[in-house]
Amino acid sequence: MRDIWDVVVIGAGPAGLAAATTLAEQGASVILFDENLGPGGQVYRGIEQTASHPSLRAALGADYASGGALADRFRRSTAAYLPASLVWQVTPDREVWVSCDGASTRMQAGQVIVATGAMERPVPVPGWTLPGVMTVGALQTLLKSASMVPDVPFVLTGSGPLLLLFAQQCLKVGAPPAAILDTTTRTNAIAAARLLPAAMKGQGWRYLLKGLALKRALRESAIRQYSHVTGIRIEGTDHATGVSFHANGQAHRIDAAIVALHEGVIPAQQMARSIGCAFSWNDRQACFVPDTDAWGNSSMPGILIAGDGAGIGGAIAAEHSGRLTAFEALRRLSRIDAAGRDTLAAADLRARNAHLAVRDFLDQLYAPPPEILAPADDVLVCRCEEITAGELREVARQGCQGPNQAKSFLRTGMGPCQGRLCGPIVSAVLAQAHNVGMDDIGYFRIRPPLKPITVGEIAEMGGRLIDA
Amino acid sequence: MFRRLDADAGDISFRFNDTEIVARQGDSVAAALLAAGLCAIRATPVTGASRAPYCMMGVCFDCLVEIDGVGNRQACLIPARNGMIVRRQTGARDLL
Repeated sequence: MRDIWDVVVIGAGPAGLAAATTLAEQGASVILFDENLGPGGQVYRGIEQTASHPSLRAALGADYASGGALADRFRRSTAAYLPASLVWQVTPDREVWVSCDGASTRMQAGQVIVATGAMERPVPVPGWTLPGVMTVGALQTLLKSASMVPDVPFVLTGSGPLLLLFAQQCLKVGAPPAAILDTTTRTNAIAAARLLPAAMKGQGWRYLLKGLALKRALRESAIRQYSHVTGIRIEGTDHATGVSFHANGQAHRIDAAIVALHEGVIPAQQMARSIGCAFSWNDRQACFVPDTDAWGNSSMPGILIAGDGAGIGGAIAAEHSGRLTAFEALRRLSRIDAAGRDTLAAADLRARNAHLAVRDFLDQLYAPPPEILAPADDVLVCRCEEITAGELREVARQGCQGPNQAKSFLRTGMGPCQGRLCGPIVSAVLAQAHNVGMDDIGYFRIRPPLKPITVGEIAEMGGRLIDA
Repeated sequence: MFRRLDADAGDISFRFNDTEIVARQGDSVAAALLAAGLCAIRATPVTGASRAPYCMMGVCFDCLVEIDGVGNRQACLIPARNGMIVRRQTGARDLL
C-alpha cells in the first residue's frame, strides 16, 4: 500500500462514500478506511448483502435501497478501500495510523476527511446497562446485517424518526414490538408546530410525508402505543424482564426481554476531538458539534468533517456534504481554484440545503426529554467504570470543576469506551451541578489510540518510525 | 432472544468458551452470539455485572471478548471466522 495519499477518508457511510468517489473521479489519489465489513455506514448497513435478499430490501424501504447506487458508484471508482480497518490515530499533521488484521501502518494524507457519522444519543435510564437493553439502532443493525429479529416480547422506547421507521420495518417483516413508548413531549410538539411552514420547503415535505405515512402505519397496527411517556425504568436483575413508566397520569408496566432505547442521534466526536478540532454546544440539536464552515473545514487545517459528524442532517444531506468536502479538498490541494470548486459544488450545495429544510422542525419535535440530560442520582452514567450521576454530583460538590478532572476523581470516561457514551452525560451533569453552560464545562480530552490495539502491534511499527 | 428471517443457519463455526457457535458469512461475532441465544457475554471488571452487546456499532464496548488470545476485542465489529476461539471476559483481569 502506498504511504502518501492526496486524501484519506475515514468512514464509509453516505458522506465518506460520496467524498471518496468524487475525489477518485476527479483524479485524486484517495483511500477510504472503514470499521465495517462493507460500505454503507450505519444507515445503509449491509447494503451489498441485502441486494440478494429482495424481501428484506423491500421491508427496509426505498430510502435504504437507494444506498445501493452510492455503493456501486464507489466500487466502480478508483478509490482504494480498506474495510474492517481501525483508524486509531490522526495527527494534526495528517498522519493516519490504522490497524488492519492485527497489524498497524501509517500514512501521510494531504487532506483528511473525517466522515465518522453519528451515534445514538446515550439514554441513561435506570436499568440501561442490563443485558436485553439495546439501542433501536442496534436492533436495526441486526436486521440489516444478519436478518435477525427479536423472538421474545420487545418494547421500543424513546422518540425520533429512526424509532418510527424501525417499528414499521418490524411490522413489515412480521416481528412487531409488543409496545412503543413514545417519549416525545407535548411542549416539543407545540413548539415544533410553528416551524412546520419552513419545514415544508425544499425537500422538507418529503420527510414530513414519510413521517405521516409511518405514523399512520403504526396507528393502524395492533401495537400497543403510549404517548408522552416519562419515568422509564427497566426492570430485572441479570436480564431485562420488563419496563415500567408513566403515561396519561398513570403508572404502567410491560413484560419485555428486550428493551430498545432511542433518543435521536448525535455527531460521533472521538476522531475529530482527538485531532484537536474545536467543538461547540448546539442547543437546537442538544449535542456538541464541531466548528466547521460550509465546506466542512474544521478548526484544524487540512482536517475536513463531512456528513452527520459535522451536525445531524440525515443520509441524503450527508451524501451532498461528502461531495462538498471533496471539492473543497481538491481546492486545498490546488487541483482546482475557488471558482472551479464553486461551479462543481453548486448542485450539491443547493440539494444539501433543500434536505436540511426539515431539520429545525425535527430537532424541535424530537429534542430529548430533560430527564435524559439530567439522570437521577442512582442511574449509571459511565457504563464502563460504573459511576452513577449521584457520585458525579457529589464530586462536583467537592470541587470537581469539569469532565477531565472527573477522570481523576472517579475514572469516568477512562474505561474501554473512552468516554464515547458517558461523555455527553458527564458534561451535562457537571454543567448543571455548577450552573454553567455546556461550552464552559467542556468535554473529555480525547487521546489516541482511539481503538484497543496491542502494545505488540505498536512495537511492530517501530522500525518504520525510526526510518521516517 | 432472536431468530433469523430465513432458514439459512450458516456455514461458519467457531467456539465461544465450550460452546460451538454456527454463524453466517458476514455475521459479526456479536451478531452470531446473539443468534445462538447468548446474551450476557461479559462480566464487568468493576462489579462483575453481566453485560451484553448494546449499540452493535462499535461505540459502547459492552461486547468486549477475547478472540484468539487477544483480549478486549469488539465483537460487534469483528467478522465471525471459521475456527475462531472466542472467550468470555469475566471480572478484572489477572495481572500476574
